[in-house]
Amino acid sequence: MDKKIALSMRGITKRFGKVIANHRVDLDVYEGEVLAILGENGCGKTTLMNMIAGIYFPDEGKIYKDGEEVVIRSPKDAFELKIGMIHQHFKLVDLFTAAENIVLGVEENGRYNLKDVNSRVSEIAQKYGFHIDPQKKIYDMSVSEKQTVEIIKVLYRGADILILDEPTAVLTPQEIEKLFRVLRRMREDGKSIIIITHKLHEVLSVSDRVAILRKGEHIATVNTCDATESSLTEMMVGQKVSLNIERNRPWDPVPRLEVKHINCRDAEGVQVLKDISFTVNAGEILGIAGIAGSGQKELLEAIAGLQHLTSGEIIFNNPKKDKPVTFFHKSMRRVKELAAQDAFHDQMGNPISFQGMSRGQIRRQVSEGAVLFREDEVIDLRHKTPLQIRELGVRLSFVPEDRLGMGLVGSMGITDNMMLRSYRKGHAGFVDRKKPKALAEEIIKELEVSTPGVNTPVRRLSGGNVQKVLVGREIAFAPKVFMAAYPVRGLDINSSYTIYRLLNRQKESGVAVIFVGEDLDVLLALCDRILVINSGEVTGIVDARTVTKEEVGLLMTKTNASEKEEA
Amino acid sequence: MSEIKKNTVREPLFHLAKRSSIHPAAAWGIRLAAVVIGFILCGAAAFAMIEKLQQNPGKIVDFYESFIKGINTSNKSFLENRKLWAFFKETAILLCISLAVTPAFKMRFWNTGAEGQTLMGVLGAIGVAFYLKDSVPGWALLLLMLVGALVCGAVWAVIPALFKAKWNTNETLFTLMMNYVATFLVSYFLVIWVPSGSSSLGKLDIQKLPVIPVSKTSSINDSFLITLIVLILTGLLFVYLKYSKQGYEISVVGESVRTAQYSGINVKKVIIRTMLVSGLLCGVAGYLIGAGLDQSVTTESVGGQGFTAIMVSWLAKFNPLVMILTSALITVLGAGAEQITKTFNVRGALPDVFVGIILFCIIGSEFFINYQIIFRKKAVDGEKEAVK
Repeated sequence: MDKKIALSMRGITKRFGKVIANHRVDLDVYEGEVLAILGENGCGKTTLMNMIAGIYFPDEGKIYKDGEEVVIRSPKDAFELKIGMIHQHFKLVDLFTAAENIVLGVEENGRYNLKDVNSRVSEIAQKYGFHIDPQKKIYDMSVSEKQTVEIIKVLYRGADILILDEPTAVLTPQEIEKLFRVLRRMREDGKSIIIITHKLHEVLSVSDRVAILRKGEHIATVNTCDATESSLTEMMVGQKVSLNIERNRPWDPVPRLEVKHINCRDAEGVQVLKDISFTVNAGEILGIAGIAGSGQKELLEAIAGLQHLTSGEIIFNNPKKDKPVTFFHKSMRRVKELAAQDAFHDQMGNPISFQGMSRGQIRRQVSEGAVLFREDEVIDLRHKTPLQIRELGVRLSFVPEDRLGMGLVGSMGITDNMMLRSYRKGHAGFVDRKKPKALAEEIIKELEVSTPGVNTPVRRLSGGNVQKVLVGREIAFAPKVFMAAYPVRGLDINSSYTIYRLLNRQKESGVAVIFVGEDLDVLLALCDRILVINSGEVTGIVDARTVTKEEVGLLMTKTNASEKEEA
Repeated sequence: MSEIKKNTVREPLFHLAKRSSIHPAAAWGIRLAAVVIGFILCGAAAFAMIEKLQQNPGKIVDFYESFIKGINTSNKSFLENRKLWAFFKETAILLCISLAVTPAFKMRFWNTGAEGQTLMGVLGAIGVAFYLKDSVPGWALLLLMLVGALVCGAVWAVIPALFKAKWNTNETLFTLMMNYVATFLVSYFLVIWVPSGSSSLGKLDIQKLPVIPVSKTSSINDSFLITLIVLILTGLLFVYLKYSKQGYEISVVGESVRTAQYSGINVKKVIIRTMLVSGLLCGVAGYLIGAGLDQSVTTESVGGQGFTAIMVSWLAKFNPLVMILTSALITVLGAGAEQITKTFNVRGALPDVFVGIILFCIIGSEFFINYQIIFRKKAVDGEKEAVK
């Protein structure tokens, strides 16, 4: 290769306690290339790059810039070496303008001249094809604009090695394309670009070479033109993985959950859900796509009874016709209420009213399975607390985005976390740990959770295992509606596919599944229909089998507001 | 880059890393070591500050002996050793208040108002006694006093809980302020009850708590009863927190309010109910002080034990059974400090310094249980390479 090596790492090792984040990594970066660093979550990609950017200091090994050994002890050192990193979480001052953020921390001689800065920023933007208004305040910006500011900030300081940490995670397909065009122009300008990612198709479309890390070790660096998705995955995971997500046609899709015109405001009074309507059918997976923070979280929480609705209805159709009533989740009061509404009949079709019967007699009749529903139940979940929803016999499972902060109790073991849903069972004032323990052991076995024991605090488990515990518990609840928010975020490929399989199994057993995802490729491959949401509004519900990624991307940024005002 | 930079120290001499886990035996070993180090440091400090010791270094033995003498001076048999039983009784009262703050602490509700809640318990018991002592028989009065103590303690605890549940007020400040209100309420009633204006209410002439006669000495019998009651409460609270549904709810709310809401727990209800338990236990402590020991009330009836209880509970990591140990430890230290003032004829404040040193070591040891210190390894090699 006639290209010059810009940066090379030799024998880089970094440990955090007992954990080895990077082990003897050798890596070269050439001038004028896009190098992708590929690896699963937790394989040490970001740690490795942080050592070039001066955030961490390597325990062992050397770094050479332009053939000369260098010591990078702080981000300032890195800047002096013309290395700049764009972090996954932006580090910008919200109240400042783009230009002010860009010059922040730059030590230059002479007077601080904002006009001069503005023109230099515009110059850089023009050179590489960015669109940016230097005078715009950060809080007015979209995620992609903020990212642009971060990139220009690095370029403004004269960086010729740019490291981008998962730059596409928060962008729409259109924005990703735009970013890649910019990256290609920078490459032509002779800059070295390192892009950290775990998305294969992005690697293939933008990079020249790919360095694969696995468990902190550098496995190989290959030319992108020689690589395929499956060869890269194999190197990443260390074994062959089938990347196909199976998808069967839903059979007998009857409406299970109907959301009608719901509106919701957050604690600050900002409207987070605007007139949302959709139906989820039994036996299908409804995907929810949208830019992060578009109301996905609030929507699921509204259904689960955790958000106060200002208006609208959430109707749950309980397929109970001719099925026996159980006390599994119904209270005596509710059973009596329903009896008064003439909702029950016995096996012969005669009405049951429980007239003159004692609680014990009613209890006996119900537990014998002699009390049947006359019709399917129709239940409005609006203004119900999670407990009330459960007491109504609505089996609604919810895997929230914040697993340890909402779905599980981090300091408790798996057994105690299993109890979170079921501890109320029984009349005694004491909890029964036998059944939860059996369930915990079953989940550990079935889902191959690796943990030292059922009582090890779940906080100590890896992300994938935490998620298996949570999903396992929610499935054990035998749901009719299963909601999952970003269930594979932070999971390795094998765990992710386990989760997809579990969702598919739920779908096939007639559960209505709602899946909030961020990876459009997965949404397109797994779901039956996709609901696209933007700023709390539904911008489209599309058939996942026929729609393209670009179409979904357009819907993700489409706004209904202007059309409505005109209408 | 310049040569200088290459040769500079790469890593600090040591750095801290959080331990992923520690064997319980190792943790207790560290704590024990902390107590030992604390006592050694105390000896050093005593040597520096007490003249008698400097003149006669052999007296250091007396110094350490004080901590044992503080709770046990005589060679009398177990059931006749008055000082030992006084120690049990003091420990029991402190333990009872510590039990009271524990459910709230487990819920991460920082109740700093145990002092006031207990004082209100004393006031409630004595108030009932003051007004009804001539009109109801002795045993009924004792029961009514218990009711009075429980109600007053509970009300004082539930008020901040209601505000927390309704308006999310800061419970730490709220409960702290309630202490002052309780103190002034006591002052207020003392002015009414004591017409002479001396504001000190003498011992009321009321029936004492029934005793289980285990000893010939009546004060030991009193202590025995109080100790027994508190030990039973300790067991009950342990079971309540560990095995009851309500205890489970307290743990979940304490860990994450969001998780609690998600799982359908009524967080407001749990906050109020738990503080009710806290207040009732404070009421019991107040009753034991008022009806069991003092038969009177002053603004100093609780004597700061409501604050000491916070430390007892924390040191025991909110485990009621471990709190038997920690409350005993703190009482031993207090009694030892008092003994030192007598033995060495020093001012009362000095022994508090020793107690402070020991507690500092014990609390500080938690740091070494949670973190480990990693010294720079291979730094020499690294630098050698850099020089090359």
